[in-house]
Amino acid sequence: MSAARATESNGAGTTDGRHPIAATREELTGWGRAAPTVAHVAAPSAADDVAGLVVESGSRGVIARGLGRSYGDAAQNAGGMVLRLGGLDRISPVDPITGLVTCGAGVSVDRLIREALPRGWFVPVTPGTRQVSLGGALAADVHGKNHHRDGSISAHVTSLTLVDGRGALRTLTPSEELFWAVPGGMGLTGVVVELTMRLIRAQSSRMQVDTTRTTSLDETMAVLEESDRTSRYTVAWVDCLARGPAMGRGVVTAGDHAPADAAGDATAPSLGRRGMPAPPWVPSGALNPHTVGVFNDAYYLMAPRTPRRSLESVGSFFHPLDVVPGWNRLYGARGFVQHQFAVEDPQCVRRVVSLLSRRRAPTLLCVLKRFGPAGRGPLSFPSSGWTLAVDLPVSDSLGSLLDAMDEVVLASGGRVYLAKDARLRPESLVQMYPRLDEWRFLRDELDPEHVFQSDLARRLHL
Amino acid sequence: MINALGAPQSVLVLGATSDIARATIERFAGAGRLQRVVLAGRSGAGLDAEVERVRSSGVPVVEASAFDARDRAGHERVIAGAFGGGDVDVVLISFGVLPDENQVRADPLAAADIVDVNYTAVVTTLLACANHLRAQGHGVIVVLSSASAVRGRASNAVYGSTKAGVDALACGIGDALCGTGVSVVVVRPGFVRTRMTAGLRPAPLAVDPQDVAEVIAKNLTGGSRTVWVPAAMAWVMRVLAVLPRPAFRRLSI
Repeated sequence: MSAARATESNGAGTTDGRHPIAATREELTGWGRAAPTVAHVAAPSAADDVAGLVVESGSRGVIARGLGRSYGDAAQNAGGMVLRLGGLDRISPVDPITGLVTCGAGVSVDRLIREALPRGWFVPVTPGTRQVSLGGALAADVHGKNHHRDGSISAHVTSLTLVDGRGALRTLTPSEELFWAVPGGMGLTGVVVELTMRLIRAQSSRMQVDTTRTTSLDETMAVLEESDRTSRYTVAWVDCLARGPAMGRGVVTAGDHAPADAAGDATAPSLGRRGMPAPPWVPSGALNPHTVGVFNDAYYLMAPRTPRRSLESVGSFFHPLDVVPGWNRLYGARGFVQHQFAVEDPQCVRRVVSLLSRRRAPTLLCVLKRFGPAGRGPLSFPSSGWTLAVDLPVSDSLGSLLDAMDEVVLASGGRVYLAKDARLRPESLVQMYPRLDEWRFLRDELDPEHVFQSDLARRLHL
Repeated sequence: MINALGAPQSVLVLGATSDIARATIERFAGAGRLQRVVLAGRSGAGLDAEVERVRSSGVPVVEASAFDARDRAGHERVIAGAFGGGDVDVVLISFGVLPDENQVRADPLAAADIVDVNYTAVVTTLLACANHLRAQGHGVIVVLSSASAVRGRASNAVYGSTKAGVDALACGIGDALCGTGVSVVVVRPGFVRTRMTAGLRPAPLAVDPQDVAEVIAKNLTGGSRTVWVPAAMAWVMRVLAVLPRPAFRRLSI
């Protein structure tokens, strides 16, 4: 489609027989449901349409949006254009020898697993939800429970095609420097329309999981380190409301794909069952130190006292966030913020958990994990050491708590994850990502006019 | 951008030398995200001092803009200038005068001048800002109304009528902007101890500019709404609003 036609379609829709791509005004938020802004949203279903919309995007620019799972404002563009890419949904057959598969950027991890798993393949990296698009996953350079072994998703992408700031299609491979501006670039380097990645073999759709309950933060961290040596997938849930010697007690789960002979019942649902959705409305403050304390105690006590091995579905092991659809509504109308940081120094993790425990922060979900070596992307989040992710409901005092956490993280040379961020200081970003200028240099080559814009980019002066 | 916790990065103040404006900027700066403040007001030593004050509080970019509420034709230039320098997250409309009621009643043209400043100038600035913010797709206009907007009183009929106009306009525009990413927060303080009210006997439930600032800062993320300072004032005025006139006029308020 020509650029001129795209302009016309902004208002009236196309008449060439394909889906019209009329832009509609829509209020958008991130998964945390805070800080809504309004953009012109279009849903192109072909790379040419994307290119046309990029060329005609106007002074407030354009950003791609996948499934809206970024917690903050990464996939919002106030007053500008937002492209929903669910229409780019093609999946090629998986190469039976190499495991390579080529997917449209709008393909979700969920769909890819459903296509690939019955044929003995699995995604090389999956975040805690399957409801992310591959384009979004690459833009945030997502990691999974196997980061200590396999790195983040960009390590498994062998080629990508994007629409750059001039509306031109470019295919990039990891041997090119420009490729590495994309993972972690939060969509500001162009609209990825297609990518090829290498799947891994999975003998079965079951996971062999070791669960260990720990009584203190030191033990949680020690068990996690030990599990990293034996298991491909590891993570710990941490009780941030526990106090005194129990502070940082948790549940460590470590797993591997179960071999075919150990997988047992092959008819069991591989992705687990979909649970009850969250109610459409929940009062703000329903999740407070008291209710969350009760939940955390119950979750902790339900975990086996002595280490236990069990078989789990892929869904229940990898994607706990998909059990309750719309769980982000549980935080009420004011929404919530997730703070996730990566740091080398284990003392930093101790200081933050102690801060959360002292301040009685109602964290339902607090996840600790070890990262392997950093990837090559200048803005890629994962870096060697530890990562802690905490969900916190928006309250009047949350700003100062998160700023205090930032200070602790900064003092240890750590960084926060932009896919989760909704409130970082721009000056902190510069300190946390020392390769920012390198990324800006590459971005300027892909998008010299800074056509790609988002609320996140405006807020952090990216 | 206003972040997820309601802290803005850029603010345009129309009526920068008001005590409430000063307190509000201080409160915003306290959240540590404020990057740019445009202070529009009558040029002079007062405005210069305000620029210095905000600068010394650590805001990197502080601009002064000559703004005269009576110069209607000049409003768009001031506002376009502020938006031309980058996104504006919050517009605070805080100018206004509290006249001596007896004086303006004796001089109808002086009363009309109060209407020009307190009401007509709010109409032109509010509408102009709304247009710029719509194009931006985000932002909040904070309008200082007054508890006196709710019911005309013998002791401040002229002032109250201007605030009633402001209040009705701001509520209506706020609702009209629903779905545009822009909201209007209508603030109805009771008696605020400021330079404007110096010498007057403080009414019950009197508050300080910092109290008004606190309420403004906490209400930037909830969409268009009306807030009272203090909150208890809402109930007092709801009762007064339904009082029969013969009873109401006997109250010495």
